[in-house]
Amino acid sequence: MSLLQKYPDEVAAILARYPADNKRSAVMPLLYLAQRAENYVPAAAIDEVAVLCEIAPTQVASIVGFYTLYYDKQAGRHRIQICTDLPCALRGADEFAAAVCAHLGVEMGGTTADGKVTVEGVMCLAACDRAPMFQVQNGAGLTFHENQTLESVKALVAKLQTE
Amino acid sequence: MIEHVVLRHRLPGLENINQLAAYQASGGFDAYRTVVTSMTPQAVIDLIKASGLRGRGGAGFPTGVKWSFLSNRFPRYVVANSDESEPGTFKDREIMERNPFQFLEGLMIASYAAQASTAYNYLRGEFWELAARLDAQIAELHAAGLLGKNVLGTQYSLAVHNHLGAGAYICGEESALLESIEGKLGQPRLKPPFPADRGLYGQPTVVNNTETLANIPPIVARGAQWYRTLGTESSPGTKVMCLSGHVANAGNYEVPFGITFRELIYGLAGGIRGGRALKAILPSGASAPILAATDKVLDTRLTYEDVAALGSQLGSASIILMDETVDMSWVAMKTTHFFKHESCGKCTPCREGTYWMTHILDRVQAGGVQAADLALLSDVTQQIGGKCLCPLGDFATSAVVSSLKLFPADYEQHVAVAAAVPAKPAARAKVAQPVS
Repeated sequence: MSLLQKYPDEVAAILARYPADNKRSAVMPLLYLAQRAENYVPAAAIDEVAVLCEIAPTQVASIVGFYTLYYDKQAGRHRIQICTDLPCALRGADEFAAAVCAHLGVEMGGTTADGKVTVEGVMCLAACDRAPMFQVQNGAGLTFHENQTLESVKALVAKLQTE
Repeated sequence: MIEHVVLRHRLPGLENINQLAAYQASGGFDAYRTVVTSMTPQAVIDLIKASGLRGRGGAGFPTGVKWSFLSNRFPRYVVANSDESEPGTFKDREIMERNPFQFLEGLMIASYAAQASTAYNYLRGEFWELAARLDAQIAELHAAGLLGKNVLGTQYSLAVHNHLGAGAYICGEESALLESIEGKLGQPRLKPPFPADRGLYGQPTVVNNTETLANIPPIVARGAQWYRTLGTESSPGTKVMCLSGHVANAGNYEVPFGITFRELIYGLAGGIRGGRALKAILPSGASAPILAATDKVLDTRLTYEDVAALGSQLGSASIILMDETVDMSWVAMKTTHFFKHESCGKCTPCREGTYWMTHILDRVQAGGVQAADLALLSDVTQQIGGKCLCPLGDFATSAVVSSLKLFPADYEQHVAVAAAVPAKPAARAKVAQPVS
């Protein structure tokens, strides 16, 4: 089912935010919409977003490739993205990330066998004073989890895996 | 030393000013009302010029002067830069979460001054939850008649929209940010023309940082003279300093410009964790040169001009502290990986140079690096610096160059024993000298 069929009101609201002769501006919010169902942008959605924005599919695909929060491949239903940038690393983020990977039995970037959770190391998320921290990205959006411990991650993962 | 001009939600009784009613009860939107009903756009620009307000996103450019550069064409746009992606920066997020209406009021006053009827707030994609709340708050402002057609019964109309990025540091650079709103790759434009002449959709555009905009309502309400009683002559007002790393009490501290590093770190933030010695300071996230924590540095005033005089930058005041246990070659490795990841790929020196720097710095961390590799590293920094369209290339070399200079022993400890060094490192070192 197309985005227009699935989310007609949201597509209209997104297009209304930008000048009528600059529909291309809607490409980023439309891609978030395209990603909602499966946490990645299916190939068919690229074509549809291109039509809605009046640009070529390859231009839409280049946006997916350039910006890190869009994905062209399926991974875990939930992406746990741990900040391992300098300020967090000074407060133990690298060790924290390794412990999370060990707990889930995956390498950094890997996905659990049940396909529920992918763990990734990411750059600064603007929460340096509350490290260790991570965000969880899924089709519905992003949520921040701050001042984390291995115990709190274990509880969260258990919850995500039973959903 | 603490002042609450921007972080007003921290004042007793104002904890709820993220609610519209509470914000208005505290005088919120009085400044906007005054501006829209009784001031000309030019009078607003003159007031902000007189206050000496400087851009808080990093460059410190005078805000009123920036506004006065707008070309005489319409429509015009105002864009809030809420991309906040510099490692160590988390101030705009607190402002938008806890004191959102003051930020929005500032954006709305700026829009009136620029005679713009559409404004965009560009947030980094990770601020997803925050953007959803701001969407609801903007809807409240429409319902209250503060946004929309004929604001407060005047001829002025204004719409504000949030636009979420999607994980690209480079979109904090204003021309890349505008490209991103236009639905393109976030790659910087060649300047000039500047956004004030050709910005969003080729129209005159003002781009201001979130914190800058949050300063505007109090300036309108209390006057330029009052504002200048805070801070220093060249850096008036307050600044939200983001403290992270090995500090005892990490977080945001809003202080007048001009207090010293020592007063901030040891007076307000509890000193260094575990009582250890402070070794080095990154005053502006990953982007500006590292400072060794000498007495001279610690007694330096936190102003744009004083930190620049030390050979670094105050930038957005994302102050990362590192104690005596930290290997500064590891710090350079971390910052370089950040810039390699965030390079937009447009300029070859930055795209390729960050790649090669990470390779060398990874080798340094792995051990067994040779002296010639350090010379090569230095050489690569010189091939990037000053050779790119936007400052990201220069930023990427800052921590590397400064750590090599200030903390050579941190690198030399990783150099393999002399016997393992091949016979020709001197020749490569010679190549590594500056060409000019």
